[in-house]
Amino acid sequence: MKQEMMVMTKQVEIAENIFELTLQGKLVQEMNQPGQFIHIRVPRSDLLLRRPISLANISKENETCQIIYRAEGEGTKVLSQLEEGTKIDCLGPLGNGFNIEEVVENDVVFLVGGGIGVPPLYELGKKLAEKKAKIIFMHGFANKNAIFYEKEFSDLGVLMLATDDGSYGYKGHTGDLMNKALKVHPNPKAIYACGPSGLLKSVEMTFPNHPHVYLSMEERMACGIGACYACVCPSKKDPTVNKKVCDEGPVFKSGEVII
Amino acid sequence: MSRLSVKLPGLDLKNPIMPASGCFGFGDEYSKYYDLSILGSIMVKATTLEKRLGNPAPRVAETPSGMLNAIGLQNPGLETVMTNQLPSLEKYDLPIIANVAGSSEEEYVAVCKKIGDAPNVKAIELNISCPNVKEGGIAFGTSAEVAASLTRAVKKVAKVPVYIKLSPNVTNIVPIAKAVEEAGADGITMINTLLGMRIDLKTRKPILANGTGGLSGPGIKPVAIRMINEVTRAVGIPVIGMGGVSTVDDVIEMFLAGASAVAVGTMNFTDPFICPKLIEELPNRMDELGIKSIEELIKEVKESR
Repeated sequence: MKQEMMVMTKQVEIAENIFELTLQGKLVQEMNQPGQFIHIRVPRSDLLLRRPISLANISKENETCQIIYRAEGEGTKVLSQLEEGTKIDCLGPLGNGFNIEEVVENDVVFLVGGGIGVPPLYELGKKLAEKKAKIIFMHGFANKNAIFYEKEFSDLGVLMLATDDGSYGYKGHTGDLMNKALKVHPNPKAIYACGPSGLLKSVEMTFPNHPHVYLSMEERMACGIGACYACVCPSKKDPTVNKKVCDEGPVFKSGEVII
Repeated sequence: MSRLSVKLPGLDLKNPIMPASGCFGFGDEYSKYYDLSILGSIMVKATTLEKRLGNPAPRVAETPSGMLNAIGLQNPGLETVMTNQLPSLEKYDLPIIANVAGSSEEEYVAVCKKIGDAPNVKAIELNISCPNVKEGGIAFGTSAEVAASLTRAVKKVAKVPVYIKLSPNVTNIVPIAKAVEEAGADGITMINTLLGMRIDLKTRKPILANGTGGLSGPGIKPVAIRMINEVTRAVGIPVIGMGGVSTVDDVIEMFLAGASAVAVGTMNFTDPFICPKLIEELPNRMDELGIKSIEELIKEVKESR
């Protein structure tokens, strides 16, 4: 982990209230694992806590990375109004990302994302595509206006989309998309998921005994480095033990923690 | 003696800056990022007799210039702290202040009796002010009689000096400070967090799973300064000041209020390098303000009253 004043080189609203922010700096050279996050200090002194935001895209050649976030709370609203050239205090990369070691060429992998949990699956998809895996993305959004990166994901593999209101793609949720995909590909090599707890639970229930299911968790954090004990979730194997989402996660193997 | 050094009961501090308990884990987490030996001390996370799991999440919420927390004293218990956490800090040139919590007088006494056996533990910080646990913590810190009785019991068994961590969640903090001084406390640390609450507008429920939590951060600094000022005018034992310290000027303001050393809490979360930065910046700011040494500043403040 390093601290750096990274330069915001670009910001684009890519869906309703969803922003893609590009940061440039040497910190990018440290970013090696999809699923890791950076801890951003919003440049307003009364906003004390950093915001953990996952890395959506890493380009070591340009020393840039992209984060995608929803402007929802006070901090992310401030972020969405920043102008190009602003220097932003970033800590990172933090946490453990997705394990892709077991995936080899032609393996079928499922990547399941919901809403603002979708972004880290893009960098993960890129890494899996480099391994020539066959990627099936299953993404769920609230409605058509919330969808982003349709072309980008389609370029890496098959993209199945679902919306809650049926305004685009399949009307329903990602659990239904998984069932559909399983009819064609009954034995995916690995399943990766990021999104709300309902989505993570449904992935866990769909693949109860699968050895390679990885779930990215979200929890309110303070320090981001394991010192404050704020972002805990109970261990499934031993309920008297709490796991820290920031440094033991955010990606856990299925069965490791209680969702 | 260097111009930054401070001598307190049990503690020879090379500088007056230390991370506050609960805001620095057991030190290991930050040792990955800088050499802990540069710190004056570390007030490690609260230790109880048995392991504690703490409260359910969410455990933190942001507030204007601050945060609420309801961690609930999660810690691995005395035995593990003695065998794992404290020995791993022995490689640093660092006197440790062990924060001790409990839900009964017997538990406080049992932990205090043992924790001073660790060679690097040079003082105990008695946590009678945690607002986030149902039993213990603050229940011992809001009554002068109870606080004094606990101080006496702990002083009988402790092998190192005992500092009492006071709660700001009282009508008048001075009688409690005086009571623990009379009961034999070697020093006072203050302030712990202020009890607070935030409510989510969409769910209409408290944001913290615990309902309430402890407020900390720059937003509480004026409360800390006022209380440190009141207490240090009323007692003779030293006070380690804390509550919202985020800049080198805040550090000096704590000394001007009457503190003899300064702990940094919540800002460690905002900036993990805050303590080294403050230690580095302190001499320059002292030059600008005509302060020769911290010990001299402490003496001057005391004599000016």
